[in-house]
Amino acid sequence: MIRLVRRPQPSRAWAWATPLLAVALTVLAGGLMFALLGKDPVAAIRTIFLDPLFNPQYAAYARPQLLVKAGPLILIAVGLALGFRAGVWNIGAEGQYILGALCGAGAGLALYPMEAWFLFPLMVVAGALGGWAWAMIPAILKTRFNTNEILVSLLLVYVAENLLASMAVGLLRNPEGGGFPGSRNLSQWDAAANRELVAGTGLHWGVVAALIAVIMAYVLLHRHITGVHLRLAGSAPRAARFAGVDPNRLVILCLGLSGALAGLAGIFEVTGPAGQISIDFNTGYGFTAIIVAFLGRLHPVGILLAGLLMALTYIGGELASFTLGIPVAAIQAFQGMLLFFLLGVDILTHYRPVAGRDPGRVAGT
Amino acid sequence: MTERREDDRVAAPLLQIEGVTKAYPGVVANDGVDLSVRPGEIHALLGENGAGKSTLVKMIFGLVAPDSGTMRIDGARHAPASPQAARAAGIGMVFQHFSLFEALDVAENVALGMSDPPPRRALARRIAEVSRAYGLPLDPGRIVGDLSAGERQRIEIVRALLGRPRLLIMDEPTSVLTPREVEILFATLRQLRAEGVAILYISHKLEEIRALCDRATILRGGRVVATSTPALDSAARLAELMVGHRLEAPARAGTAQEAVALELDRLSLPPAHAFGTALHDISLTLHRGEVLGIGGVAGNGQDELLAALSGERLAPRGSVTLDGADVSRRGPAARRRLGLSVAPEERLGHAAAPDMSLTENALVTAAAGQRLTRWGFVDWRATRAFAARVIERFDVRTRGPGTAAGALSGGNLQKYVIGREIAQAPRVLAVNQPTWGVDAAAAARIRQSLLDLAAEGAGVIVISQDLDELMELSDRFAALNGGRLSPFRPAPGLSMEEIGLMLGGADEREAARAS
Repeated sequence: MIRLVRRPQPSRAWAWATPLLAVALTVLAGGLMFALLGKDPVAAIRTIFLDPLFNPQYAAYARPQLLVKAGPLILIAVGLALGFRAGVWNIGAEGQYILGALCGAGAGLALYPMEAWFLFPLMVVAGALGGWAWAMIPAILKTRFNTNEILVSLLLVYVAENLLASMAVGLLRNPEGGGFPGSRNLSQWDAAANRELVAGTGLHWGVVAALIAVIMAYVLLHRHITGVHLRLAGSAPRAARFAGVDPNRLVILCLGLSGALAGLAGIFEVTGPAGQISIDFNTGYGFTAIIVAFLGRLHPVGILLAGLLMALTYIGGELASFTLGIPVAAIQAFQGMLLFFLLGVDILTHYRPVAGRDPGRVAGT
Repeated sequence: MTERREDDRVAAPLLQIEGVTKAYPGVVANDGVDLSVRPGEIHALLGENGAGKSTLVKMIFGLVAPDSGTMRIDGARHAPASPQAARAAGIGMVFQHFSLFEALDVAENVALGMSDPPPRRALARRIAEVSRAYGLPLDPGRIVGDLSAGERQRIEIVRALLGRPRLLIMDEPTSVLTPREVEILFATLRQLRAEGVAILYISHKLEEIRALCDRATILRGGRVVATSTPALDSAARLAELMVGHRLEAPARAGTAQEAVALELDRLSLPPAHAFGTALHDISLTLHRGEVLGIGGVAGNGQDELLAALSGERLAPRGSVTLDGADVSRRGPAARRRLGLSVAPEERLGHAAAPDMSLTENALVTAAAGQRLTRWGFVDWRATRAFAARVIERFDVRTRGPGTAAGALSGGNLQKYVIGREIAQAPRVLAVNQPTWGVDAAAAARIRQSLLDLAAEGAGVIVISQDLDELMELSDRFAALNGGRLSPFRPAPGLSMEEIGLMLGGADEREAARAS
């Protein structure tokens, strides 16, 4: 029998090794599943993990998609992770992402058809402010009335979705669009477009912002006293107050930062890959980013890798169902396995497996 | 054959432990321990923190299984797989830390601890019977949150007695009691002894053990180093056996000056939560170089007083004055910068974050005062060096500053937490339970460093439940009870009876208010 013994402190080596172990386990279990479905497991795994990057036939399309999909995930997840580290649970990034897109696009469209260098930066700032303001609602309700930020931020997502629908058919609708819902195409408007910076890579300003956010978040968390206070508040709230941390200021800071980053992701998306405000503009980045944040162990560098991996399995999964005819449900099960193993083997960071019967604790505590 | 007859004369042991060994990764908690407890005796288990007392009783009570060795009850092999099995074998245990729900009443709490509780009315009757029979006044219908520590302990004792144990294990039972409550407890224990119950009594309070216990087994470093008849040995001798070397009492300097370091003026605060204590009109004047001792049982406003000093709770304007400046409305960081440091009682989760390293924990109180940050950016090298200095100077036993605070033993973390404040040379230091759960040698070191700090001209406030400690350290002494502070009296020459009165006077007031 194998049992788990708590390590006196988390193992650093295992913290790095567990993701690799998880991928290996997923390949084994997933391969078995594909084999049972009568598909070639080696081809399926290769299609999911390698073809999006290296297959000469598909890579030209799939490779840029990697950064296009990973960018907003990372940008949002980094902000969320700051809050999660501090015990501030912003579940409503999806709503802040929508509001960022709406405010940024709105600011730009108000000046249409101006062609000025400052238009795009202005829209970016407006987008960040939009996300920030939307996150301030749960923040202020929490600090003033002690409401639960999980509920408030989550419910505001549905408000934001309705606001989006109303904007797409109302205020922001393209007057030259023949009555169809949806705004003017921002990616085709030079001053407002978030272009691919290096052709064929998918690299756009949102990806650059995500990289900057990763670095800034790392510096904040591990080099700055504010980060120490964040982590202190998350792991021992009483010790944080003892250290002189004002819990309300922390709530405002964390929700504000994560809201602003989600807003940025929204404006970069609407001016680039999405191109326009439409009823179904949001595709769940704000929720998926929660998973990415935890997959990345709430560490900025981990989130960077987790965002890329997540994007890869999405693109690769699509490719596999398209080229090999693997059912979409099996692809989702495969992605689920990856999450399951990544989160499951994390226990090895905190616990040590020991073989044999338990000679120590038997019951009780 | 002669041996056999001798055994018969002194009664066969109820509990017989032979060669029990239990190792945890990195430490052998029990190493070939022998112990025998007879029916109708109070047997002391004496030792410093980390000597292996807790591990031993956890094995007897079925919480931990030994690696090797045998345990017998009445000659039958005793290997309980769980506390339930241990209870079935006739063993009861009263833990040092109570596991009670404050919002429930006494009978409900007792029922929660039973695997098959009788109907409430029957249970209430049995509780009343047992509590009457053993002189443990307890009303089954009262809410636990309203009870004193002594009354809460009675619940645990009654809970254990309802199982009619033949062996009762008491883990540091007097650490939370007033002198009067200790007397009541001792009368109960003596009555149980007279009825033939064996009692295993864990403590490091030597005078108590000499007054109460028939025999003592002394553990050090996981081994039995001696057995003794405490009544015949001096407390100094027992202490020597326990620690392994002679202990020096800390040197008192008596360095109080005229200048006032800290003043509290009629400080009143409402309770912070439902089961907190309100502070009423607390006034005190702390001079430089002076040590003020504040005694009293936990839960009488100690935590609240400390929070009002640290700045975690702001006080009405003008009620807290540091070096002539009103700091009542200043938060913890601002007060620390002005030289007012505090070390709370709760080490894990309040004074330190368990999951963070000692280096990171240094930042909790030393970030501003020690210039460990510049523009908010942490100077990790300086922080590590500061943590290493504290570790070295206060003999904190750990692998280094990178160790998580939660991985340290209670005593070592306490040395770190107090050392972290002393190393910053504060002008005023207030500590709550500075040596709670700390072994004798480390406690002596902490007390000496508090006195040294006072000798350098700082004002020191020591809040403690340990009256011996307070008498050893303080220049002046007062009792905190029900959120009120008695007037201070010079500590030297104060007798235990006078102290008991200071603590007890407030007790009566409490009782009058409660009824």
